[in-house]
Amino acid sequence: MRIERIYKTEKKENTYEPSVDLTLLDELINKYKNYKGNLIPILQGVQNIYGYIPKEACIKISNETGLKLSDMYGVATFYAQFKLKPVGKHIIKVCHGTACHVQNANSITAAIQEALNIKDGETTSDRFFTLESVACLGCCSLAPVMMIDDEAYGKLTGNKAVNIIKNIKLNENK
Amino acid sequence: MSSIKIIVGLGSCGIAAGANKTYNEFENIKKNENLNFILGKTSCIGMCFREPIVEVIDKNVSFLYGNVDANKAVEIVENHIKKGEPVKSLLINETDQSFFEGQVKIALRNCGLIDPENIDEYEAKNGYEAIKHIIKNNISQEEIIQTIIDSGLRGRGGGGFPTGLKWKFVADKKTNNKYVICNADEGDPGAFMDRSLLEGDPHSIIEGMIIAAYAVGATEGVIYCRAEYPLAIKRLNIAINQARQKGYLGNNILSKNNFNFNIHIKEGAGAFVCGEETALIASIEGKRGMPRKRPPFPAESGLWNYPTNINNVETYANIPWIIKNGANEYKKYGTEKSKGTKVFALAGKINRSGLVEVPMGFTIHDIIFKLGGGIPNGKKFKAVQLGGPSGGCIPEYLDNTIVDYESVTATGAIMGSGGMVVMDETTCMVDVARFFLNFTQKESCGKCTFCRIGTKRMLEILEKITEGKGKEGDIEKLEELAYLIKENSLCGLGQTAPNPVLTTIKYFRNEYESHIKEKKCIAKVCKNLITYTINPEKCTGCMVCAIKCPVKAITGQKKQIHFINQELCIKCGDCYSSCKFNAITLS
Repeated sequence: MRIERIYKTEKKENTYEPSVDLTLLDELINKYKNYKGNLIPILQGVQNIYGYIPKEACIKISNETGLKLSDMYGVATFYAQFKLKPVGKHIIKVCHGTACHVQNANSITAAIQEALNIKDGETTSDRFFTLESVACLGCCSLAPVMMIDDEAYGKLTGNKAVNIIKNIKLNENK
Repeated sequence: MSSIKIIVGLGSCGIAAGANKTYNEFENIKKNENLNFILGKTSCIGMCFREPIVEVIDKNVSFLYGNVDANKAVEIVENHIKKGEPVKSLLINETDQSFFEGQVKIALRNCGLIDPENIDEYEAKNGYEAIKHIIKNNISQEEIIQTIIDSGLRGRGGGGFPTGLKWKFVADKKTNNKYVICNADEGDPGAFMDRSLLEGDPHSIIEGMIIAAYAVGATEGVIYCRAEYPLAIKRLNIAINQARQKGYLGNNILSKNNFNFNIHIKEGAGAFVCGEETALIASIEGKRGMPRKRPPFPAESGLWNYPTNINNVETYANIPWIIKNGANEYKKYGTEKSKGTKVFALAGKINRSGLVEVPMGFTIHDIIFKLGGGIPNGKKFKAVQLGGPSGGCIPEYLDNTIVDYESVTATGAIMGSGGMVVMDETTCMVDVARFFLNFTQKESCGKCTFCRIGTKRMLEILEKITEGKGKEGDIEKLEELAYLIKENSLCGLGQTAPNPVLTTIKYFRNEYESHIKEKKCIAKVCKNLITYTINPEKCTGCMVCAIKCPVKAITGQKKQIHFINQELCIKCGDCYSSCKFNAITLS
């Protein structure tokens, strides 16, 4: 279901949100301001700029374009692409399409979860990696597959996947 | 030597397999050694299992090389280019050539043969001839629509509605404003036909849309493409710009007065339900992609409430060919009610995964065994999943089913967009049903109660069964819910969501029963029902499994018997597949 219940007990203190540079939005707003059906392209643009959709950005857009905040929130929570929280530097997308599923994609996710100590959809505490499950990357012949940023890695095992991730981190810390 | 051309396949699947590195290697060698072969690009030829694929055209003879990484690229240049000796060991051999036997390429006619980023190559393959023919001979809208009706072409997105009729409904509406939409929101997991078409031959889709626009009288076109296909979007943008420059898009197309048509691309934002036409329209309008009641159908009231024609990518790709070659030529292929060809994406437990286009009427057995080369590792074929989350599983004993809309529907599956995922004896059918339901449950837009809550309840039951907590009566409860969801949902997603469950119950009821009654997973997939243990008599203490284990659940010193800590074990099976001494038992 595409509706997520918001529980009041949810702790607010974890929602770390750095303040963002709102002037980056001006060009985007000018481009789409008077264009019908502009809501999704605007949100996609916002996410391209910041990597996620910050609340402040929505407020500014709403003020300048007249789009309703409630509509924006509705659309942003409906589509899987939009993220309302900041994400890690690298996004690990583990494919869970049918072909990958029958080739044991679950064990890949399980191994990565264990290695990074995060759950599916979460970001590591050092904000280095975000782990996601995606429906299909379209590289079914290489199943099971994961994609880190824009690079696809095929024919994985749990161990292989964990090693690839460790190497990325090692190479960057050098 | 100058007549030699090297073409690297750069589709998404090729790139994932490392084709960019191969291409760069060729480019470097060419530059550094000042060789004068021609280096070209193309897209997916369909043989995903041999990517990266490189074609060398030497004096008009084609040599197809498979699995070409950077090192092998060097080898090919050294031997074939410099010495004129083809590298036999790398050539795609005779048995793999049988992948093409019986295939008829209409929609995929140019895929893997032309550079998708170059309009001249499309034109050289008779591209844009169909629309030129229409304009030049002043063919009327009625005639075009009649040709499409006569050809018997049906919607390739899965619905199977006659395309010509759809066009006629839109053409009959008298308004100034009409739209043509291309549905490229290919969401079925395990399906990648449309992606390959968009990446491999974007102009054929654009030409199909131009013809549709002419026939129905539309001036605006939208391609709704999923954002997960960045390469397809990039190539579409290039193609649209080129078509505009050449006067195939814009105002007074091909100098015909008042024939104006423009196309723009709308990126989807990741929602499976947007493949449904009314949800897709809502999404283009910038709203939550929720389907609405039909009628009115989009042909009457679609995008911004104007008459709208929506077809799938593959449908449009067929159009120019039909106009060029005539309805009778197209009708030659296929069965009585399903004409022409269909593209299928082969994946899963199959030797040659990739893209095939076969005439309707081909048997599933032939697709899997003749084209697909059968099941790897000598395993037994169990079932094939057709139609993604809306489809169903066709068991091995029905593999003589032919592919046409009616025959596939009779099995309880659907033709769908053409994803074909092959399953062998190591696939648990209850787990497959749970997998699909998990998908549809997450993707349900939440509008209809039965789809929103019913799928959730079904998923819970399936989860219990796969965890070994199923009880008597669960199967009946699943069936009851399934029929209620089918009857009480507004759109295709809900109406078909229970299909994977219903077909697996129908054909593999025994697997459900053994999960429930004996708490046993025959295929040894369901994690709660299996354990990996080390047989102390066979273990040599080689430590391979301990190193392979991604969660360090295996302990033991060198040359001593190892032990699996069941509490840490995530049951990934890596130890099982890596042990050389068969010391690990799965029970």
